[in-house]
Parts: sequence; structure tokens; C-alpha cells
Amino acid sequence: MVERIEEIEAEAKAAVEAAGSAAELEDARVKYLGRKAELTGILRGIADLPPEQRGPVGSTGNKVRKGLEAMIEAKVEGLKNAELEKSLAEDRIDVTLPGSPARAVGHLHPITRTRRLIEDVMIGLGYQVMEGPEVEHDYYNFTALNHPEGHPARMLQDTFYVEDDQHEEEVLLRTHTSPMQVRAMEASPPPLFMIVPGKTYRRDSDATHSPMFHQVEGLAVGEKITLADLKGTLLAMLREIFGPDREIRMRPHFFPFTEPSVEFDVSCFRCGGSGSLEDGSRCGLCKGIGWIELGGAGMVDPNVFGFVADTGYDPDHVTGFAFGFGIERIAMLQHNVGDLRLFFDNDVRMLEQFS
Amino acid sequence: MRVPYGWMADYCDPGLEPRDLAEQMAMTGTEVERVVTLGPESADGFVIGKAVSVEKHPDADRLNVCQVDVGEGEVRTIVCGAPNVAAGQTVVVALPGAVMPGGMKIKQAKLRGVESNGMICSERELELGEDHDGILVLGDGPAPGTPAAELLPLAEPVLDLEVTPNRTDCFGIYGVAREAHAISGAELAPAPWDGGPIGPGLSSEAGDVERLDDPVGEESTADRIRIIVQDEDLCPRFTARGYTDVKVGPSPLWLKARLIAAGMRPISNVVDITNYVMWLTGQPMHAYDLDLVPEGELVVRRAESGEKVAALDGNEYELSDQMVAVADRNGLAGIGGMMGGSVSEVSETTTTVLMEAANWNGPNLLKTSRDLGLRSEASSRFEKQLHPALTLRAQAVAARLMIEICGATPMTGLVDVAAPAPASEPIRLRAGRVERILGLAIETDRQAEALEMLGFGVERDGEDLVVTVPPDRHYDVTREIDLVEEVGRISDLDRNLPATLPSGAGRPGGLSRQQSLQRRAEDSLRESGFDEMVGWSFTDPAEVERLRLDAADPRSHPVKLANPLSEDQSVMRTILLGSVLGAAQRNLSRGADRVALFESGRVYLPAGEFGPGPLGGDFPGNTRPPSNEPQHLCAVAVGSIDPSSWRGEAGVSDFFALKGVLEHLAGGLGTAVTVERLADGPVQPFLHPGKSGSVLVEGQAIGWIGEVHPLVAAEYDLDGAVAFEIALADLLAASPVGEEAYVDFTPFPPVDRDLAVLVAEEVSAATVVAAVEGSGGELLTGVSVFDVYSGEGVGEGEKSLALRLRFRAPDRTLSDEEIDPLVSGIVESLAGIGGKLRG
Ligand SMILES: [Zn+2]
Repeated sequence: MVERIEEIEAEAKAAVEAAGSAAELEDARVKYLGRKAELTGILRGIADLPPEQRGPVGSTGNKVRKGLEAMIEAKVEGLKNAELEKSLAEDRIDVTLPGSPARAVGHLHPITRTRRLIEDVMIGLGYQVMEGPEVEHDYYNFTALNHPEGHPARMLQDTFYVEDDQHEEEVLLRTHTSPMQVRAMEASPPPLFMIVPGKTYRRDSDATHSPMFHQVEGLAVGEKITLADLKGTLLAMLREIFGPDREIRMRPHFFPFTEPSVEFDVSCFRCGGSGSLEDGSRCGLCKGIGWIELGGAGMVDPNVFGFVADTGYDPDHVTGFAFGFGIERIAMLQHNVGDLRLFFDNDVRMLEQFS
Repeated sequence: MRVPYGWMADYCDPGLEPRDLAEQMAMTGTEVERVVTLGPESADGFVIGKAVSVEKHPDADRLNVCQVDVGEGEVRTIVCGAPNVAAGQTVVVALPGAVMPGGMKIKQAKLRGVESNGMICSERELELGEDHDGILVLGDGPAPGTPAAELLPLAEPVLDLEVTPNRTDCFGIYGVAREAHAISGAELAPAPWDGGPIGPGLSSEAGDVERLDDPVGEESTADRIRIIVQDEDLCPRFTARGYTDVKVGPSPLWLKARLIAAGMRPISNVVDITNYVMWLTGQPMHAYDLDLVPEGELVVRRAESGEKVAALDGNEYELSDQMVAVADRNGLAGIGGMMGGSVSEVSETTTTVLMEAANWNGPNLLKTSRDLGLRSEASSRFEKQLHPALTLRAQAVAARLMIEICGATPMTGLVDVAAPAPASEPIRLRAGRVERILGLAIETDRQAEALEMLGFGVERDGEDLVVTVPPDRHYDVTREIDLVEEVGRISDLDRNLPATLPSGAGRPGGLSRQQSLQRRAEDSLRESGFDEMVGWSFTDPAEVERLRLDAADPRSHPVKLANPLSEDQSVMRTILLGSVLGAAQRNLSRGADRVALFESGRVYLPAGEFGPGPLGGDFPGNTRPPSNEPQHLCAVAVGSIDPSSWRGEAGVSDFFALKGVLEHLAGGLGTAVTVERLADGPVQPFLHPGKSGSVLVEGQAIGWIGEVHPLVAAEYDLDGAVAFEIALADLLAASPVGEEAYVDFTPFPPVDRDLAVLVAEEVSAATVVAAVEGSGGELLTGVSVFDVYSGEGVGEGEKSLALRLRFRAPDRTLSDEEIDPLVSGIVESLAGIGGKLRG
């Protein structure tokens, strides 16, 4: 009897192995493990066997049945996986089609990017960032910056005036960010290290002049500040913006609110300051001069301190420097933008070039 | 200020190439805009010739065949078309090979069959003058073959200086020469008013100015001329000298050449002398035909309002009572310091001259100039305030020129009406002060030397210097700091100054909290797909109507410019929307198919609440700014902000798309906005009345969001747009970023309950949510709307809102027994707004 069971086992294993589909497998299961199967019959008839055969037949029969059941189960799993693989293989896409676009990020305006760069550089040098009003009193824009009424220096800046009958003095659009020097010193005693980025206005309009433009003002006041410190500060800033090989040049100049006053230039980053390019032609960026004019600066004029004496600005105890330059000018140089007016045209074909 | 190099070299020749001098001047404080060469680029090939014979051309009526001696032994044949050419003349010949101004090269040529070996030049061809009627004829003397450059300023380099307004001394050639002296160390000749040269070939004999005060002529100035100054404050000094026997005619060639090189037009010798003296000394002058000044009397007074004067430029000017005029007995004879009048203009028939050198009030003249829209070479100097003492310098130089050039006899003495001269105290330059300011030590001796070369008087007092300021630096150098600058600027600062950083510790640099949150807000819109733009602060006053703002709206009363560049940039914007819609319109008209733009910028309001912080218009300083300038954030989308692809077209972005952007912005700042309709009427006149709302943060309205009203969109040629604009400072104030306090999170799970609530159509979702929140108790931690439905199964005029309520306790898992009564309470509360559970 045990031999018969082992024969059935071999037969059944072969049938399961041969099954190529779920249906064939089910047929094999019914044939070898179903209610009418021979093995089922043998196990059901154990009680009718002689006592000495009951033990070996029962244990062999049950073992074989469990083994077959496990084998079928594994086979079911295998067939399922094979069918899945088959259907997956048929489920094809054209991987060469474009991906679904994510929503495109927008773009910050180049003036914002350059302004933030300058802010970050100056923050690293210990400066705070301040803002001031654009519609301003004559006092802050001129008088307290040592441009007395009737001073010809007022003519240097073509000023927009505001129709106003509320104030005794004239109201205007600030012609520079310098009024914040006075406001900042009114608000806090020395030492003071601050920059003021912002919009400024002059009555002038062509490819190199815009009636609205952006400046950054810088002011440092303390007990031992010198013109050499101004040079070092500007040099550090310009190297951060234009590269570590840049040099600075300061040319004496005149501004009513600084004394001594200078204009400052950075060595040309296209020709390295030589004024000519590798092929020997004249450098177009610096026009062959080797230097690029950037802005004005100087030591704070004692007369300006005189207007903020109340907050402790005594020219015998503190000195300071101030500087100012155009943000557009820097952005034009950084990105090779030729016409100032492009910044205010807001053509997305321009804006989207600055990511 | 144009400075002909040769003229300057009369006083100081630094021996530098003009370009090198320009470079050095730029490095010491005087920008040289450009260096130009007047006349031919090179003087090579231009020689003196003597016309030996002149005959008519055999085949051309208007041509002459000249034999000209140019010092070669043999004469040259030159064909010349000038009508005035004659035998015996001394002329300038351009030999073959010479290059004329403008680049034409002289060649041997046959003219109507006659060989011509050069060209006889006219004044204008050499850029020495304007006379083109004939060739230039020189006086006898120079030998044929002499290079013409030895007699004439050919190939004259001219430095065009950009003089800063403080440096009135550099508005005169002698002042520039002194600058060159200080820069180069080259010798400086005495000043022309001090016995120095005044022009080529002029005898210094005639320059004996002292003599002019002796009674030489029949007349004394004081007998013929009477000057009355009524307003000393406007005319601190008026000097006049009379001349008789004046022979008016053209100026000598050298003088004309200098004026042309300086950029002025020669007129007649007398007028040219006034201009020449101005250019040389910096002090303007004016010449009157004394016979046309009744009784020789001039009165300096304020004009009467509306009084008219016919000026030398041929125009008539109407003056105000703030302006100073020179009047004769019949009326106005000039605008003081600005321009003379035609009534006593010097002409060919003039024989007596009144030469004026006066001093005027700078600020007053500046204002006159602005009010009249008139600026002259004279007024551009006076407006910077000249020192009264300069008048005497000018009179001295003019006298020498009048005698030499016009053959005039000066009257004896000057009429000099002068207010007390401005006081001038010596200035002390303390030891160590230069180093303290510059950060560079300069030896005291070197400091003294620098100042002396610049014309200052210097005395030592211990280690200090006591410095006297010359009159032409009087208004510029008034304090110790000004001396520091003078010393610094000619100490080769560029090379010598070290580059250091300020000492002093403990300075915290950084952005304010508001500033760093501003960056975050702007970055959020950028991440949401919007391009940042920068609009003009000024706008068209008609924008108010385009945006349908009525007169009661404070935004329709913008800050107005008194002197705008154009009408469409004449007021300050009160809202960003117009700028952004305008930019959207321009981009679409240039072919963009969609636009998503934002601006972070200021609006300018005549009044309103200031703050919080600078972004809210609250700036540091003692005096409030004249207008209120809060920073706004405005975003506009036209078309889709989402991308289309082969998988489908993205729809036009609507109200909710933009609201999502706004919510993302607020969420990025750690806060939240709500959008509500606060009143029955339209939220904003420029928005779709049904698809718009106020933006609130923490219950406070900070702006608006909505579809742009179709009529407004049409104004900007847009089919439609969605937009929002908010006051940035108010949004940032609600942000907890950086101030968050950690709250322990609970390990117990939340329990969610969904409710479908039927309410009337007009009841807003916010109202429903508020009713739920108001009655849910502490355990209700969230309410969200996850579906809105109307139509089949829902009554007419009703809608169904699906709400998800979330309950949670920090210390236990909630049971149905706890939650059921809470939900009942909520349902009861919903009944209060007309809501009932659906199905
Ligand atoms: Zn270069």
C-alpha cells in the first residue's frame, strides 16, 4: 500500500509540473487530491486496514498529500507571476515622449538679483540694510546733505518736484539714496554701518539715463574711519561681485556732502585692465581705458554731521565714509545688457533669461 | 570748459602729451571728457608762402595761376580760386602730402590743364576762423618755407574739461594752468593780470596797468560814467572803465583762433576781448557802446515785474521783480550777469566803449536762469558764485588788450561800486589731521608744498599749517577738511592710499526680519511660476479712469509731479495693478501666449496709516516722509499658469488657481489668508463683482483678489485676467517665522467625521466653516470643505457642502460617545445659518 502511495506521489508530481495553466493545475489537483482521488480514498479507508499497516500508510499518505498541496500552491504563485510578467511586458508606453511638465518656476528681475547680491556682500562686511522714502523733503535730499538753497550743485541733478502745498519746503522725488544717510543718523547714534538700496529719480531719459533707476548708498561712521577704509571696503565689495582679480581706482571729484570726494572705477574684467583684448583690438567694455566707472564716494562732510549733532555725530570725534552707485550699472556689466531701458520694459523674453 | 593746449602753455607747459595730461588731471579731480585736435591732425606740410605773381587762368575765369615761393629756391605753381589772392601776399600753403581737417589729402593735380602743386588755404579750411570768402592773408615778415605751426595754432590739441561746480578757478585758462603746475611741477608764469603774458606777440609794455590810473587821456572814467547799484546783495561789485578812440574791426588771427578753439564764435575785436578775458581769467565781462548809454549812466536794480529787455541773442525776455537788471535812463540795457541788451550793443561804428566787469549773486542768477530758461557762458560762471576781487583782474587784462588790439585810449581810473568784500580768515590745518581723514601719513613739508603750488599762502605754526586762501578759491576752500582734500588730491592717492577695512568690532550686519521675509514672499511667487517685473513709479493720470476708481477713492488722488517728462508719466502710482496689466498687455502684443507677472513695489499715497516698519512706509528719521509709501505685492495671470503638454491642454487659470498661489505664499510665511466678501457691493471697481473678494490675514483686510472686470481688461486689450494685490508689510506682520513655539504632538489618532450640509446658495463656505468652528469645542481641530455640489437631488437655490471634521484629544483615543454630542451641537449651530444635513 505504501508503495502505491509513493507511485501516486510520483505520478502527481509529474502532472503538477507539467501543468502549463491554472486550469491544468486545477485538473491535477482534483485528480490527485480531490474527493474522488485515489489518495483521498486510501486515507479515508485507513480504518479498514490491518492495525500494523494503519500507521505507515497514514503517515506516508498525509505527508504526500501535504507535499502535493504545497507544490500546487507554489505552482499557482509561479503561474500568476508569469501571467503578470506577460501582461506587464505587453503594457508598453513610448518612453521617448516628453515628460509631463512641472509648473515652470518664474524669474526674479535682474535688478532684484543684483540688489540682493550687493546686500549679501555688504551684510558680510557688517552692514545693515535700510530703506527710505522716495518722495522726500528737500531738506533730506539737499539741505542736510550740504546743498544749500541756490547752490549750483543742485543743478547737477535734474530733480522732479512734486506739486505740494502741505509743506513749507519743496517736496521732490529723491535724486539719490543719500537722504537716508541723514535719516539713519537721526535715528541712531554712531557707530553706524548701513546700506540703502532703492529707487531714485532724475529728469533725464536716453539709452544711458532713465528717469527712474536704482542706487545703493553706503554709510560707515565710527571713531577711526578713513579714506583708506573706504578704498578697502569698495575693493572687497567689487571683488565679490566682479571677481578676485579686480582692482579699484579712486579719482578725486566733487560732491557737496563728502569731502574729500572721489569717483571710483573697477578694473575691466573683460580685458583685465589692459584696455585691449587678446587679439590686440580695443576692449569695447571699458573703451580701451582698462577701467569702468562705477560710482561716487567720499568722506562724510563735517557739515552733514552738523545736521545730526543731536544724535552724537561730532566731526572731531567721528569720521565716516559714504558711497553710492547704480544697481542697473552693475547688472548691465554682469549680464552684458546694453540698454538701460530694457530693465523697465519687462519683456518676458528678457526676464526669463535670468533664472 | 575747452582748454586749447597752446593757450594754457603760455602760463604752464607741463611738457606732457595732452592725453597724459588729461589722465593726470582726471586723477587729481578734473575729468577730461575728451581731447580733440582742432585744425589738421598734423601740421606737417603746412608752410608759409609768398605769392610772387598771380595771373588769370587761361581757360577758367574764376581761377588764378599763382607762382608761390615756399622757400625751396624755385617757385611753385599753384592754382587758386580765391578772389582776393594777389601778388605780394604772405599766405599759408598746404603742400602735396598735407592732410586737411576732415581727411582730404593734398595732391599734385591738373586744374583745367594747369599743374597745381599745393593749395593756398583759407581761415575756415584750417579751422582757424570762419572766413571763407577768400584765402588767409598774413602780415609781412615770416620767411617763405617757415612751418605754419610756428605762427598759427595748427593741429591744436584741445582738452575738454568737466569742471566740477566748486572749481570756479578752472573756468579760466590761468586756473587750469595752475592746476597743471601743481600736477607736473612745471614752472608757472605770472598771471596775465600780474604782468604775465596775455597773448602771442603782445608787448608787455602795453600791460603796464598801473599807468591806466594816471591821467593819460583827456577824460577820466568817473567823468563819463556813472554807476548806481541799488541792490548790493544781488550785485556785490560793479566795475567799469571807459575807452575812447576804439577801432572796431575783426580780431587778429591768433585771438580768433583761440576763441574758436575754446568753442566761441569771434564777433568783433571788442566783443572778442570780453570773451577772451572771461576764458582766461574766469571773470565774464560785458562791453557797451558808451555813446548809446545816455549820460553814461547805468543803474543796477531789480527789474519791475513784467519789464522787458531785448537781449543780444535777438530774443526779448520778460523779467520778474526777483531778477536783477542793468538799466539806462530809457529802460533795461541788460540782464545782470546773464546777457547784455541790444540797445547799447557794440557795432562797427562804435568808438567809445564802457567795459563792465561785475560780480553777481550766484543763487539769484541760478534761479533767473531756471526761470528764463536761459543760460550763457557768463551766467554759468556767475551762478557758481565768483569772488568780487576777480573783477579787477579782468579789467586789467582787458585794458592791455583794448590798447593793443583796438588802439583804444583808456580813460583814467575805474568806476568801482563795491559792497564790503567777503571776510577771509586763514585756516589752520592741524598736524595729524590729514592722516586721520585719509589713513595715509603725508609729511607736513609736503603738505605745505602741495598747498603752495595750488596758490595758497602757507605759514608754519609748530606742526600746524596756517593757510591763506586766494580769492578764486574763496568759496570752495573754507575749512580744514577742504585743505585735507587739496593736499590729498595731488598726493597721488591712487598709488599711495592703502586699502584697509574699518576697525571696530561688534557690528552685526544682516537683514531685518521684515527684509528676509520679503525675500521669502518674492521667492514664493517666483516658485509659483511668476516672473518679477519692475514697473515705473510714475504713471498716466488717466490710469485712475482705466481702473474705474471714482473720486471718492483715495487712490484717485495721486501725488503729482510739478515738472514731469511727459503727461503719461506725471503722477505717482497709487496701485500696482495698472503697471502689471500694462506689462502683460505689452508682452501679449509681442507674441506671448500667456503671462504670469508679479511686482513687489511701492505705491505712493498722499496720506494714510504708516507702518508697520519700512515696508509699511514707516521710515527712520525725525520727519515723516511727505507721502505714504507702502510696499505692495501684485500678481497677474493671463491664460494658464500651468503648463500644457501632449497629455492635455491646461485650462485658463481662474480665480481659484490664483487663490492657490496666494495661499501658497501665505503658507510659505507660516500664516494663512482668507478671502471674504466684506460688504454687499463690489470688492473693487476694477474687479468682476461676482468673482472677487477681500484678502484678510488675522481678520484684517490687506488687499484684494479676483478676476479683472471685463471692461478694465478690455482697456488693456486683454481677454481676461486674474490678479491680486496685497500690502506686504501687513502680511509679513502675521508671519510667525522664527517665533514658532513647539507644541508636543499627540500619539492618539484623530477621528474624522464627514457631514454633507445643505445651505442656501448665497451662504459662503467661510460662513459654514465659521459656524462649525464656533460650535465644535476644543476637541475639533480642523474643518475642511472637500466637495461642493448643486443640481440633481439638491433643492433649487441650495447647494451641498461636504465637510470633513477632525477631532482629536491630546491624552486619549476619542470614542463615538464623546464625539456624537459634539457633532449634534455643530448640526444645531449650522441650523442657525439655515443649514441642514443632507439625506
Ligand atoms: Zn576692458
